[in-house]
Amino acid sequence: MMYDFFVDLFGNTTISGIISGFVMSLIPLFLFILPFALFAVYLERKVSAHMQDRLGPMRTGWHGWKQTIADILKLIQKEDIVAKDNDKLLFNIAPVLTFAGSYAAFAAIPFTSIFIGTEVDLGIFFIIAVTGLVVAGILMAGWASNNKYSLLGSMRSVAQIISYEIPTILVVLSLVMISGTMNLHTLSELQTGYVWNWYIFGGPGAELSKFLLIPSMFIGFLIIYISTLAEVNRTPFDIPEAESELVSGYHTEYSGMKFAMFFLAEYANMFAVSAIVVALFLGGYQSPIGYLGDLIGAKWMIPIEQFSWFTIKGVFFVFVQMWLRWTLPRLRVDQLMTTSWKYLIPIAFVNLIIIGLITLL
Amino acid sequence: MNVYDIVFYLFAALTVISAFFVVTNRNIVYSAFFLLFTFFGVAGIYVLLGADFVAIVQLIVYVGGILILLLFGVMLTNKITNVEIKTGTINIYPAVIGVGLLTGSLLAALINTSWRSVPASAPQATTAALGTILLQEYALVFELLGIILLIALIGAASIARREA
Repeated sequence: MMYDFFVDLFGNTTISGIISGFVMSLIPLFLFILPFALFAVYLERKVSAHMQDRLGPMRTGWHGWKQTIADILKLIQKEDIVAKDNDKLLFNIAPVLTFAGSYAAFAAIPFTSIFIGTEVDLGIFFIIAVTGLVVAGILMAGWASNNKYSLLGSMRSVAQIISYEIPTILVVLSLVMISGTMNLHTLSELQTGYVWNWYIFGGPGAELSKFLLIPSMFIGFLIIYISTLAEVNRTPFDIPEAESELVSGYHTEYSGMKFAMFFLAEYANMFAVSAIVVALFLGGYQSPIGYLGDLIGAKWMIPIEQFSWFTIKGVFFVFVQMWLRWTLPRLRVDQLMTTSWKYLIPIAFVNLIIIGLITLL
Repeated sequence: MNVYDIVFYLFAALTVISAFFVVTNRNIVYSAFFLLFTFFGVAGIYVLLGADFVAIVQLIVYVGGILILLLFGVMLTNKITNVEIKTGTINIYPAVIGVGLLTGSLLAALINTSWRSVPASAPQATTAALGTILLQEYALVFELLGIILLIALIGAASIARREA
């Protein structure tokens, strides 16, 4: 699709293939993640401020909208500090690895029906696999910092991500059983039409099994939302960077642009997990009420509408993450593990078996 | 040289160079981290061979599972307690003989095989076909493997629970 367009644009040679590959892989970064991160940081501040009956940033621009831009400028100018006892090599690789891991997930996320980084058949499975790189990056940062807070933070983070990967995978597995595909693009296409064709309402079709699936799908949706929340280390699962105990966890020692990379990775991750939940359960880029482009016969409008729907749904779940952050207290380590191993995983297993039985009908 | 070749040599170089550092580096944590890049390079080569499912499983099992476990073990011993784990060189002569024999036989096999080269075809998605084969032709083996893994899990849990 889009890749072929770029190959044609640059002339069909080896070099043009490489250039188009790079251009394709940079589009989500520059057109989406960077603006999104700027917006999300601002949103986070405003949401937290209003929840605590404050105003948040107000001085720079109208209602402080230029505040994050000013912060980015500040971060770029900061000195890059590498302490004497930090492990130089790993300390420098870790932010890159972490960001690469969370950015790689965007390769399989379908933004519209015409733009998906790679139409890989394994879509969602690939996203789960590349999360492993984030885990390795966090461990690397924690160890290379040579700081007890960093090491403890990274250990907690990794233990948490690994535990909560299991309920996520179980829910994804149940979705794969129903739809028969792991490709997020195909999965979104399956949920076309109106809101009742989304998988949270049992998926397309109108037979009996669709209605039997609805309760299981709601449970699955809740489980995957809770566990992805834990995978991106957001409150109530933010013990890896619990400010009152660990300063700021695995990125305590980082300054300047390296800190910004961790920050960017965190916000990219927040959107990525929301996008996964949206693509699996809430129709991906599909509109709930039909397309204006279809109505007035302008086909070119449909991808734009799809992109807006996808962004709206994704940003809504990012907003819910922020909302929860200022509503729920932090869990203790043992409560965190109990939630995953004693509640989420058994429930997800039973849910998986029920969904399997229903799909056999 | 097309894109395919360039990507292949990139991944091959990544695999070989990082594997070299895994065995030569004296700091065991460094070795573990270089192993990450080796696994990643191997996964890339699987993708180029058209084995997409195997590649992703390689990432999940080795990078997401085994390597993290390894790192956890190595790090906990290295920084928290003050035990410095260094890798050294011992038994150099037997090692040289063993490695020499292995290299020789591999090289002999490499040279004596008459390689047939088939023009590359666009890789197909393998997941559905793999699933069908596993649950039809090899259903018994598949279930048995599952039971073995379950036994290993229960065994590990019971060892961990035992109070000394």
